[in-house]
Amino acid sequence: MKYYDKLIFELSKPGRAAFTLPDNGCPAAALPADLMRAEPAILPEVTEVDVARHYTALSQMNFGVDTGFYPLGSCTMKYNPKINEEIAAMPAFQGLHPLQPAETVQGALEVYYEMDKALATITGMKRFTLNPCAGAHGELTGLMVIRSYHLSRGDFARTKIIVPDSAHGTNPASAAVCGLEIVEVKSGANGLVDVESLKPLLGPDIAGIMMTNPNTLGLFEKDIREIAELVHGCGGLLYYDGANMNPLLGMVRPGDMGFDVMHINLHKTFSTPHGGGGPGSGPVGVCEKLVDFLPTPRVEKQADGKFTVVRSVAGAAGQVSAFMGNFGVILRAYAYILMLGKQGIKLAGKYATLAANYIKESLKDAYKLPIPSVCKHEFVYDGLIDDGSATGKPGATTLDVAKRLLDYGYHAPTIYFPLLFHQALMIEPTETESKETLDEFIEVMHKIAKEAAEDPDILHGAPHLAPISRPDETAAARNPILKFE
Amino acid sequence: MSTFPYFPHTEEDIRQMLQRIGVSSMDDLYADVPADFIFKGEYNLPDAKSEQEVRELFDALAAKNPKLKVFVGQGSYDHYTPSIVPYLLSRSEFLTAYTPYQCEISQGTLRYIFEYQSMICNLTGMDVSNASMYDGPTAAAEAMRMAIACAKKKNTVLVSKGLLPNVIEVIKTYAKYYGTTIEEIEVNGGQTSLESLKALIAKGDVAGAIVPSINRYGIIEDLTGFADALHEAGAVLAEYCDPSALAVLKTPAEWGADIAVGDGQSLGIPMSYGGPSVGFMACRKEHMRKLPGRIVGQTADASGRRAFVLTLQAREQHIRREKATSNICSNESLMALFVTIYLSVMGPKGMREVNEKSTSGAHYLYNELLKTGKFEPVFPDKPFLKEFVLRPLVDLKSLNAKLVDRGFFAAIQTEEGYASFCVTEKRSKAEIDALVNIIKEG
Amino acid sequence: MSKIAEGLLYSESHEWVKVEGNIAVIGVSDFAQAEMGDITYVDMPDEGDDVEKGEDFGALESVKASSELYSPVSGKVVEVNSELEDAPELINEDAYAAWIIKVEMSDAAELDELMDAKAYAQIAK
Repeated sequence: MKYYDKLIFELSKPGRAAFTLPDNGCPAAALPADLMRAEPAILPEVTEVDVARHYTALSQMNFGVDTGFYPLGSCTMKYNPKINEEIAAMPAFQGLHPLQPAETVQGALEVYYEMDKALATITGMKRFTLNPCAGAHGELTGLMVIRSYHLSRGDFARTKIIVPDSAHGTNPASAAVCGLEIVEVKSGANGLVDVESLKPLLGPDIAGIMMTNPNTLGLFEKDIREIAELVHGCGGLLYYDGANMNPLLGMVRPGDMGFDVMHINLHKTFSTPHGGGGPGSGPVGVCEKLVDFLPTPRVEKQADGKFTVVRSVAGAAGQVSAFMGNFGVILRAYAYILMLGKQGIKLAGKYATLAANYIKESLKDAYKLPIPSVCKHEFVYDGLIDDGSATGKPGATTLDVAKRLLDYGYHAPTIYFPLLFHQALMIEPTETESKETLDEFIEVMHKIAKEAAEDPDILHGAPHLAPISRPDETAAARNPILKFE
Repeated sequence: MSTFPYFPHTEEDIRQMLQRIGVSSMDDLYADVPADFIFKGEYNLPDAKSEQEVRELFDALAAKNPKLKVFVGQGSYDHYTPSIVPYLLSRSEFLTAYTPYQCEISQGTLRYIFEYQSMICNLTGMDVSNASMYDGPTAAAEAMRMAIACAKKKNTVLVSKGLLPNVIEVIKTYAKYYGTTIEEIEVNGGQTSLESLKALIAKGDVAGAIVPSINRYGIIEDLTGFADALHEAGAVLAEYCDPSALAVLKTPAEWGADIAVGDGQSLGIPMSYGGPSVGFMACRKEHMRKLPGRIVGQTADASGRRAFVLTLQAREQHIRREKATSNICSNESLMALFVTIYLSVMGPKGMREVNEKSTSGAHYLYNELLKTGKFEPVFPDKPFLKEFVLRPLVDLKSLNAKLVDRGFFAAIQTEEGYASFCVTEKRSKAEIDALVNIIKEG
Repeated sequence: MSKIAEGLLYSESHEWVKVEGNIAVIGVSDFAQAEMGDITYVDMPDEGDDVEKGEDFGALESVKASSELYSPVSGKVVEVNSELEDAPELINEDAYAAWIIKVEMSDAAELDELMDAKAYAQIAK
């Protein structure tokens, strides 16, 4: 990767252009002058060559899954198959207008229908909506379903939702914007939700609980059966945050564990690319009694085998996105499911768990492992065992380790999350990384630990080889420069 | 036994890895899971397939979607996509990257988001843009919550009945659960009513209003007086815009709006049956701290070189948790790159031409349709750009069916019973004439 | 070890109060600024806003954190420190000089529930 300093605006020269448009042959028509902008918008004036070189140069300052290993905890950075991209780019899908009559989009609707069925069998839920555009969007949608259910029963007092202290930050935020009050339940010393702490929180005001299982420490919530019984017993529902579903793929179904509502991230578990932060897709699945509350529009199969779009259903949670979610992402995920089939799906989770435990055991001599038990897809170290502070210099932190990894050609793990540990370093290798890749990573992590012990300054100054060194984030926040001028 | 191109582990690898972990089998890795939770059944899924079989399966699905010439908008627009845009988007350094949290190896993503924010600001006239949202309707719903956050202790947001139906639906859905009261501003003669707005403001408790730049009838709205009426009451104006049209139309800033939102799909993104698209959201500087979503800012690295980072993160859900006023975590980054490259390719001149050609095509179709005698005007003197409605004098259902048979998607029926049409720069006079001739026939 | 200024009153949420007649001058303690790190923004109320004891009236932001400010007294905001709008780092430089708001108290008895420097020293560590 090499540093490149231009912005597209800085390549602009009046008179250049990269577009061509045909003459449509229609007579010109004018619009009222008082409705027009005073000055044209400032946009670059460049040739196609400029555009190609500029964005290629930008891409070369970026790290993707195809660049190298991406052990980013809680993000499931598995390989993104290339067939998926070809499918999503087919003109017969990309050219479809979202309001076309159902009879002209039967192929698209069949994808929705089959994807719903596939997710249902994989997760043990009854029915899915594919309309949410991301994981957090799925959380909000799922909570809307929960609230709609309670309200439909005249159960207006259920205004609180229980969220474990180890939850993803989106959980409390989604609950808050869904009008729910958050009640936090503490984790025990073993990193799991403490059942005894949960019990006193339950009552007629509880709408439900949001659980991530395995949780953000990569640990399976082994008391989930008891938790489900307790929450159901008080009239609440169980929400499953599917961000960490990958290790359970092929092994355990959220529906079987007693969850009533869940979302799943197609951009994590089902291999669609993250795209630098989206577009994703966060389908929401529900158990049988909640099917009527799923949002609209929905795809239904008629008795004659044809598919139709139902745009409005009484009692439904409402509409959560422009049309029916990110169809292009759904196509990719469906292609992935078809490639793996019922045989491959059974293997993905196991391999992911194998890889995580392998790294965990291989580095515990150099990194503090606060919870030594078997993990699922990811695990958390709490910083270095020897941070080098014995040298008299400030010790190397988790941030320093993360930045040093960049020098060795790896993406960093997730750091300082979950909040339960001060130096959290969360590693998730996924099932698509070979033993050789994992071994090389382990070797580098050992090398970094050794550097830290001998001279932590090497880490403090890292990265040394990235396109830029550490930027001044305080200055960025104090004096925001948010656009080119 | 099938082979799986994305699973690397050999039998020997697995044996060695299990040995290091200190367990004897893969099942031992799930010893912490109660035994009856382990799924022992068979998934109701097809057998694993080869790539060729998967491709053939999708070819068969694709064949069930007949190709139509699109003459409908209503929130999704068939503009031309220059080849270079998807080409550059497919670079795996963009496509397979995560959110740019590790800024030192994400300068590519951070730079294009900064360019994107700059372009959105230039199109809208606003001071600050976020890094993008899911789509237009959800961005409008975020504007609703932002209005509540800007205006302390008020809980009503006004929405124009002229907004697209899906925008209103999504706002209402978000509002219902957030506990916001939504009141609808009337539309008179194809224009959001200033009198209705004022009457609703007079009732009190108004935090803001969301009105369209181009409404559901395709009419370009005159928002004279809207911002003043709202500002006097301590409320904000959010404008829902088509960013393609903003290249020529009066900007939200010029109308005095505080927040601009809309859907970036009209900037050359394929319709793709409704997604992925990209929502945009921008505001005036004084409201910057209430703007939801990621924002990229410029700074310098340790050696003084220009560098870009995610900034103002203290606004975001992962820090504010239950105190957050938005739960958005991701953005629609790759689609933000899409519109950034599209706008770079088109430039100011290209964007003007897209709008001129769309306008000329739409007005030509409008006039030709009136000549058929099968339609009459609904809002005869109102200005429109690429989209318009007419009152049908024939049965729309049978006309729609006939058009589909002949390869056209046009004259979609609105909630009001009007026929809605849209013409982009992609549609030629020959295509328009062909459409009109079919309509003339029956 | 953070500094604790003598002669001020303190809340458990790390705000300090200097009493000037009926006016409470409010800031955050040196301990609070040190915990936050480089402060990048201070979210402040408007003059004329009412504040309630124990309710948040604003927030401190750093690069990766946000911390609510809780009013130690009830009353009306009569002045906000507008210097902090452009220079939030003043709080890092001297937390006891960089006051945030001045409140005209509606119930001076609320001051009795605050801690003196000695008592606060027990929790600010």
